[in-house]
Amino acid sequence: MSPETAATAAYIVAALLTVMSLAGLSKHETARAGVAYGIAGMAVALVATVALAARSLTAGGIALLAAAMVVGGGVGLWRARVVEMTGMPELIALLHSFVGLAAVLVGWNGYLEVEAVGGAQTTVPPELLGIHSVEVGVGVFIGAVTFTGSIVAYGKLSGRMKSRPLTLPGKNALNLAALVAFVALTAGFTIAPSLGLMIGITAVALALGWHLVASIGGGDMPVVVSMLNSYSGWAAAASGFLLDNTLLIVTGALVGSSGAYLSYVMCQAMNRSFLSVIAGGFGVESGTSASGAEEGEHREVDADEVAEMLAEASSVVIVPGYGMAVAQAQYPVADLTRRLADRGIEVRFGIHPVAGRLPGHMNVLLAEAKVPYDIVLEMDEINDDLATTSVVLVIGANDTVNPAAMDDPGSPIAGMPVLRVWEAKNVVVFKRSMAVGYAGVQNPLFFRENTSMIFGDAKARVEDILKAL
Amino acid sequence: MRIGVPRETGEHETRVAATPSTVVGLIDLGATVVVEPGAGERASFTDAAYAAAGAELGDPWSADVVLALRPPDAEHLDRMAPGSTLVAMVGPARNPELLADLARRGITVLATDAVPRISRAQSLDVLSSMANIAGYRAVVEAAHRFGRFFTGQVTAAGKVPPAKVLVAGAGVAGLAAIGAASSLGAVVRATDPRPEVAEQVRSLGGEFLAVEVEQEAGADGYARATSEAYDARAAEIYSEQAADVDVVITTALIPGRPAPRLLTAADVAAMKPGSVVVDMAAGSGGNVEGSVAGEVVVTDNGVTIIGDTDLAARLPTQASQLYGTNLVNLLKLLVPEKDGRLVPDLDDVVIRAVTVTHHGEVLWPPPPIAVSAGAGGNVGSVPAEPAAATPVTAPAKAVSPGRRYAAIAVAFAVLFAATAFAPPALATNLTVFVLAVVIGYYVIGKVHHALHTPLMSVTNAISGVVVVGALLQFGQHGTVVSVLAAIAVLLASINIVGGFAVTRRMLAMFTRGPAR
Repeated sequence: MSPETAATAAYIVAALLTVMSLAGLSKHETARAGVAYGIAGMAVALVATVALAARSLTAGGIALLAAAMVVGGGVGLWRARVVEMTGMPELIALLHSFVGLAAVLVGWNGYLEVEAVGGAQTTVPPELLGIHSVEVGVGVFIGAVTFTGSIVAYGKLSGRMKSRPLTLPGKNALNLAALVAFVALTAGFTIAPSLGLMIGITAVALALGWHLVASIGGGDMPVVVSMLNSYSGWAAAASGFLLDNTLLIVTGALVGSSGAYLSYVMCQAMNRSFLSVIAGGFGVESGTSASGAEEGEHREVDADEVAEMLAEASSVVIVPGYGMAVAQAQYPVADLTRRLADRGIEVRFGIHPVAGRLPGHMNVLLAEAKVPYDIVLEMDEINDDLATTSVVLVIGANDTVNPAAMDDPGSPIAGMPVLRVWEAKNVVVFKRSMAVGYAGVQNPLFFRENTSMIFGDAKARVEDILKAL
Repeated sequence: MRIGVPRETGEHETRVAATPSTVVGLIDLGATVVVEPGAGERASFTDAAYAAAGAELGDPWSADVVLALRPPDAEHLDRMAPGSTLVAMVGPARNPELLADLARRGITVLATDAVPRISRAQSLDVLSSMANIAGYRAVVEAAHRFGRFFTGQVTAAGKVPPAKVLVAGAGVAGLAAIGAASSLGAVVRATDPRPEVAEQVRSLGGEFLAVEVEQEAGADGYARATSEAYDARAAEIYSEQAADVDVVITTALIPGRPAPRLLTAADVAAMKPGSVVVDMAAGSGGNVEGSVAGEVVVTDNGVTIIGDTDLAARLPTQASQLYGTNLVNLLKLLVPEKDGRLVPDLDDVVIRAVTVTHHGEVLWPPPPIAVSAGAGGNVGSVPAEPAAATPVTAPAKAVSPGRRYAAIAVAFAVLFAATAFAPPALATNLTVFVLAVVIGYYVIGKVHHALHTPLMSVTNAISGVVVVGALLQFGQHGTVVSVLAAIAVLLASINIVGGFAVTRRMLAMFTRGPAR
C-alpha cells in the first residue's frame, strides 16, 4: 500500500459516503443520518488529501493551509449560525459563488503549473497537453459563470440589486455569442496557450454568468438557485477532470445532476421549459395580453371577522408564499396553527413547489417556527381536499393560487399547476395591496364571491387575528 | 323580480326546478318566489315546506323568470309574458324550431344544458350533476335486473363469485357508475379514450383498460392511421370484455353527433344469459346495437338491455336538489348585485353560452370558447359525459417516443465518440463521470419536496470538495500558485463547514407533530 493507493481507497470510501448522504436526505427520518454520512465522507477525503499533500510541504506551508482551513471553517460556521431562515436563499447563492471562484482559481493554477511554464513542464505528458488545455478552459469557464451568476443571484435575493429582469437588446443572441466566443477562445488556447486567451476565457465567462442571471426576474429564483447549484457541481467535476481526481469527478457529478433535477422539478411546477426561464421573465415573453384585463370588486375584511370565520371552521388550509417570508410572518402563523389545533380544528398547509425563492423554502420557514412537518403538504397532496375545506388562508402567495392558470387560455400563466383554493368555502387573502404578482397577471381569485381580502403587513395582521381569537 | 317554479308539464318528469332549500337561496338574491301548488309533490317536497321556506303558492307562469326542467308545452308558453325569462334544459342543438318559436314569443331562454365546461362554471353545470345521479342509478337498475349478487361471498352453502362490471366511458356518469358498482362489491373495469382518466378510475376502485396502440412515427396521415388502429383495438377490447363480464354500462356521448357504437349485436350475443347492459346513451342513438330508448329489451340469449332515458329523474329528491342548486348558482351570476334585478352580462362567456334566445333573436350557437380539454354543449337526452371528446389544445410538451429514442441514440453516439477518441486516462474519468451523473439523478429523484432546501445546502457543502484540488496544487509550483490555492482552500472551507452546519441546523427544526 503506497500513499497514493491509500488516498485512492479513501476517495472511494468518501464517494460512497457522499452517495449515502444524498440518499439519506430523501426522507425526514433519515435526513440527519444523511448529513452525518456527508460530514464523514468529507472528513475522510480531507484527511487523505492533507496526508498526501503534506509529504512535500514545508512546516510553513502546512501552517498556512491549516490557517486557511480554520479561518474558512470559522467563517462558514459563523454564517451558518447567524443566518435567518428567510435569508437562506441568499446564503446558498453566496456559497455557490465560493465554489465557482475556487474552481476558477484551481483552473488558473492548472494553467500556471502547465501551460504557462511551456515546454519545460513535466506535470503532464506532452501527448495529453491538448486535453489538459481544454480542461483548463472548461473548468475556468464553468467556475466563472457560477461565480458571477451566484453573485448576481445573491444581490437580487438580498435586495442589493433590483430583482427586475434586465433586458438588453438581443439578450439571447448575447448569450449565444458568449458561448461561441468561449468555444473559439478555448480552441485557440488549446492550439497555442497564452495568458491573453486565458484572460479572455475568464472575462467572457464572468460576463456571461452575470448577464444570464441578471436577465431573470425574482419569481424565477427557485430555478436559478437550483441551476447554480448544478453549475457549482459541474465546476467541481471539471476541476476533477483537470486534476485527474476521481473523487472530485464523482462528487461534482452528483451535485451537478442533483441541481439539474431540482431545476427540472421547479420548471415543471411552473409549466415552463428550462430554456424559457433562461430566455427571460414572464413580462417579457407574453407582453400584456391578459394583464389587468379582468377587474372587479373585492371585499375587504378585518382581523376580527377573520378570527370569527376561523373559530367557526372545521378545517383550515394555509397557503403561504414568498410574502410570508418577507413579512417574517411564520411565527405568528405557527402560533395560529397551534391555537386552532387546540380548538380541535384541522389545520394543514398547502405548499406550491415554487413558493418562495428556493426549492423547499416554505418548508424550512415553517419548520423553523416549529410547525410539525406532517401537516405541511405538497400541492398534489392537498389540492383535492381544498373543496371540503372551510377556510383557506392565502398568506403572501399570488400566482400559485391564480384560477386564470386553469380558466383563461390567454393568460401568461395558463397551464401552470396551481392550488385550487377557490374551491374552498371561504378564502382569505393576506396582501399588502391590490398590486399584481410576479407574473404581472391580475388574479381573478380576489374578485370571487367567497374571497375576502385583508390588507397590510401579513405578520401584523396574523397577530391581530391571534388577539381576536 | 318574481321567480316562478311550475309543476313540470312532462308526464314522466318527477323532478322540480327548486326545492325548499334552494328557494331560500333565490330569496337571498332579492327575488320573490312563486311555486305552483303540487310542484314538488313527485320529488317529496310538500307545498307546506315551500311556504315555510318563504315561497308564495300561486301561478308561476306570470313570473318574470320561470325555472323548469323541461321546456313547457305551447299552452303554458302562451301564459308567459314577452320579455320574461325561461330557464330550462331546452337542448338548443336538437330543437332549432323550439328556439325559433321561443325567440318569436320574445322570451329570453337560458339553456341550463349549454353551460360551458370550464372550471368557473362547474357549480352551475347541470349536465354534470344529472350525469352523476344517472351513473349511480344505472348501477342500481342493473343490479335490480341482474339475478345475482354484485359482491363475492363465501357461505356455508358454497362460494359466490363477485359480478364483473364493465363501464365504457369514464366521464362524470361513468365515474359515478364505477364508484357505485365497486361499493356494491363488484369487480369493475373501465375504458376511456383519454388515458389521463386512468387515475380517477383507480381512485374509485376500478381497473382501467387502456387501449394500447402501436404508434408509427410516420409524418403524413399519422392521426388518421392511429385512429383506425385505435378503433380496431378498442372494438377488440369490447368484444373480449363482453364475453367475460356480467354487467356493461355504456356512457359514451360525443357532443353534437350520434353516440358512438361500442357493442355490436354479435358482442351482445356473446354475453352470458342473465347479463345486463345499461345503455345510457340510448336517447342519442345508443352505444349498444339493439338498445331502444326508454325501453328494456331482453335478447334471444337472455341478455337484458336497459335503454331508459330518465335515470336521473328516478332519484327525484336528490336530482331536484342538485338541479336547484345549479340554478341558484346560475342566477347568482345574473343578479350580481343581489338586489333582485336581472342583469345578463353577455360579455361573460358563461352567460353568453347559456343565453340561447334574447330580445327576439336566436343566439345559439355561442362563439367557441377555448378550453383546455373537452367541449361544452353536450345535449344528449341522457346527460352523460362526452367520453370521446378530443382535447382542443393539447399540452405542447409531449415528445413522441420516436423523437425521444432518437435523442437518446444521438447522446449515446456522442458519448461513444468522445470516449473512443479520448486518451485512456480521460476515458476512465468519463466513465466515472457518466455513472456518477446517473446515480445522482436516481438518488435525488427520491428526495421529498420538503427537504429540497436542506438538500441544496448539503450539496453546497459537498461541492466544497473542490478543496481537495486546491490542496493538491498548494506548494507545488511557486508562490503565485500557492497563494491562489490557499485562497481557494479558504473559500471551499467556508462552503464545507457552512453548508453542513446550516443543514444540521435546518434539520433540527423539522419536527413531527403529536401522533393523531
